Amino acid sequence: MPLAFTAEAQQKIVAIRARYPNAQAACLPVLHLAQDEFGHISDEAIDVVAAALGLTAAHVWGVVTFYTMYHRHPTGKHILMMCTNVSCMLRGGYDVLHALEKKLGCKAGENSADGEFTLVEEECLAACADAPCLIAGEKYFLKLTPETAIQALEEIKKMPPDHKSHPAGSSGGGH
Amino acid sequence: MAVTLENMPKLVMRFVGVEGANRIDEATRRGVYGTLKKALSMAPLAIVDEVKKSNLRGRGGAGFPTGMKWGFIPKDAKTTYLVINADESEPGTCKDRELLYWDPHTLIEGVLISSYALGCTHAYIYIRGEMIREHRVVQRAVDEAYAQGHLGKLHDTAGRGPWKLDLTVHRGAGAYICGEETSLLNSLEGKRGWPRLKPPFPAVKGLFGQPTIVNNVETIANIPHIIDKGGPWFADLGTPKSGGTRILCMSGHLNKPGVFELPMGIPLRDVIEKVCGGVPGGKKVKAVIPGGSSMPPLDASELDIPMEFDALMTDERIKPVEVRPGIKFDMGGGKALRTMAGSGGVIVMDEDTDLVAVTARIMRFYAHESCGQCTPCREGTGWLARITTRMAKGEGRPGDVDLCASIAHGIAGNTICPLGEAAAWPMLGFLTKFRPEFEAKIRRDLSPEKRAASTQPPLVQIRGTGYMGTALPRGRT
Ligand SMILES: Cc1cc2nc3c(=O)[nH]c(=O)nc-3n(C[C@H](O)[C@H](O)[C@H](O)COP(=O)(O)O)c2cc1C
Ligand code: SF4
Ligand code: FES
Repeated sequence: MPLAFTAEAQQKIVAIRARYPNAQAACLPVLHLAQDEFGHISDEAIDVVAAALGLTAAHVWGVVTFYTMYHRHPTGKHILMMCTNVSCMLRGGYDVLHALEKKLGCKAGENSADGEFTLVEEECLAACADAPCLIAGEKYFLKLTPETAIQALEEIKKMPPDHKSHPAGSSGGGH
Repeated sequence: MAVTLENMPKLVMRFVGVEGANRIDEATRRGVYGTLKKALSMAPLAIVDEVKKSNLRGRGGAGFPTGMKWGFIPKDAKTTYLVINADESEPGTCKDRELLYWDPHTLIEGVLISSYALGCTHAYIYIRGEMIREHRVVQRAVDEAYAQGHLGKLHDTAGRGPWKLDLTVHRGAGAYICGEETSLLNSLEGKRGWPRLKPPFPAVKGLFGQPTIVNNVETIANIPHIIDKGGPWFADLGTPKSGGTRILCMSGHLNKPGVFELPMGIPLRDVIEKVCGGVPGGKKVKAVIPGGSSMPPLDASELDIPMEFDALMTDERIKPVEVRPGIKFDMGGGKALRTMAGSGGVIVMDEDTDLVAVTARIMRFYAHESCGQCTPCREGTGWLARITTRMAKGEGRPGDVDLCASIAHGIAGNTICPLGEAAAWPMLGFLTKFRPEFEAKIRRDLSPEKRAASTQPPLVQIRGTGYMGTALPRGRT
């Protein structure tokens, strides 16, 4: 079945569009919506967004590839954003990242084999005073150690998935 | 009279940690939206005047006087925009996120008052994409303010006739550069976050081609306090040229790291020792980044400097940044570069810290975040990342230290936006103050095979393209 926005999503697009003086400005929020609906931004999703806003696919492609949070490939159910920037690094951020890589059996930028997680090495997440830190969904996990980070995985598994739609994503390259 | 740690009133952080204050009923009960009425009974220009008198300076990075910036909006402007910069992503900075989560209503009141003063009828809050929780809380607060009629409904005013404001929360999608104001505007217009050449400045031609003011979250959160108690009162809290209080985000090697609202101009040593309980294990401080990772570091002999915009730029106790030993970096007109108060992100590093590894991490950050428009920044940040990375591994080549300095010098001043400087300044700053640490990473005895491998550490991908940066320039050997 070709990819399409649901009627509900189309209504949301109308509401988003009304907040801006032109359609192009709605590009980022509609891409967020598309990612939530479709799980990731495939070439087909780019065409659907472009058509919904009357933009060229080239423009939308340019936008998608510029920003790191639009995923071009299927991701795990939960995206783990692990900061290793200076404040986190000084307090063991890399130890935490490496412990997560080992536990999940994948490198930063990849999906875990069970399709549960996508591990992303992040730049500063604005929680430096509580370093090292990780964001999953809405939740911040602060002052992490390798042990508390591994424990956090169990809690994160119980949280709702980041995107509504989750085509099984066990192949690598989720970022 | 500047305030002290003991008698300082809490302004912008008054509700941080107060459960429930981010909901409109509780916020209103605590006095939020109480100043709006007073503001609407004033003439718009009188508000701008009050902000000028307050000596409020931008908290987003540059410390530009807010009232003066507001004065740049052309008198005959028909449509103007106010955009709140909530993209907080300068490494070491974690204050706006606290304000957004705990006290979105004071920010909205500030947006209302500022928009009224500027003649703006549609304002935007650009919030960083990764701040999923804060986005929900701020959007909920905006919905509440609409429901209460603060937003979206006509107000009686003394100076603009019936006036109403719409406020849209716009979520970013992962790009540090979108904190730079013109990149932010492009991102808000639905494009790649490519910075624009200035001039024209946003105050003349900004969002959707109209005069636009971009202000930081903390800057605007101060506005209700200024209008409530008066510009002179606010000015009096601070130092002669910087009004109010200042939030410092204290991270790194500290016993009690945290985000603190502090007297403007408090000496750095007092913050480290009195507020943050010193360095763990009684260790000595080796280096401090005073205002986010873009700013040149201070060393252990420079901790008595007041944490204030002008002092950090001009205090002669701070050693000027050099291009080569003995040759000062020229900011233009012979002006020396010391450091800057930046975004208030203070990162403390103890005596055991490997500053070459820290520098390499910082350079990797800027290489990752360069938008790729300007050759000196796109290629230069990639080169710096790769050379400092090989130095951090202990595989530096003879000539690498000078090579880094010359690349950094070649970036600074030659790019569209200040991200170029944001990489060049810390590079030169760390080299100026800690050169022997870098020299110690140079290996003169590598086998030819190892040397060939170390010459080309992995390339850094250029943002938004499938392309990798170009090969390293040939270093002197
Ligand atoms: C690379 C770069 C990143 C920036 N990031 C931010 C940011 O995350 N938040 C912010 O408020 N200002 C940031 N700024 C500064 C803005 O360009 C702008 O000066 C500021 O938002 C103006 O607000 P203010 O006058 O209230 O400080 C950044 C600047 C540069 C060059
Ligand atoms: S200096 Fe760097 S980030 Fe700024 S516009 Fe040029 S390439 Fe982009
Ligand atoms: S450096 Fe990790 S949150 Fe800021």
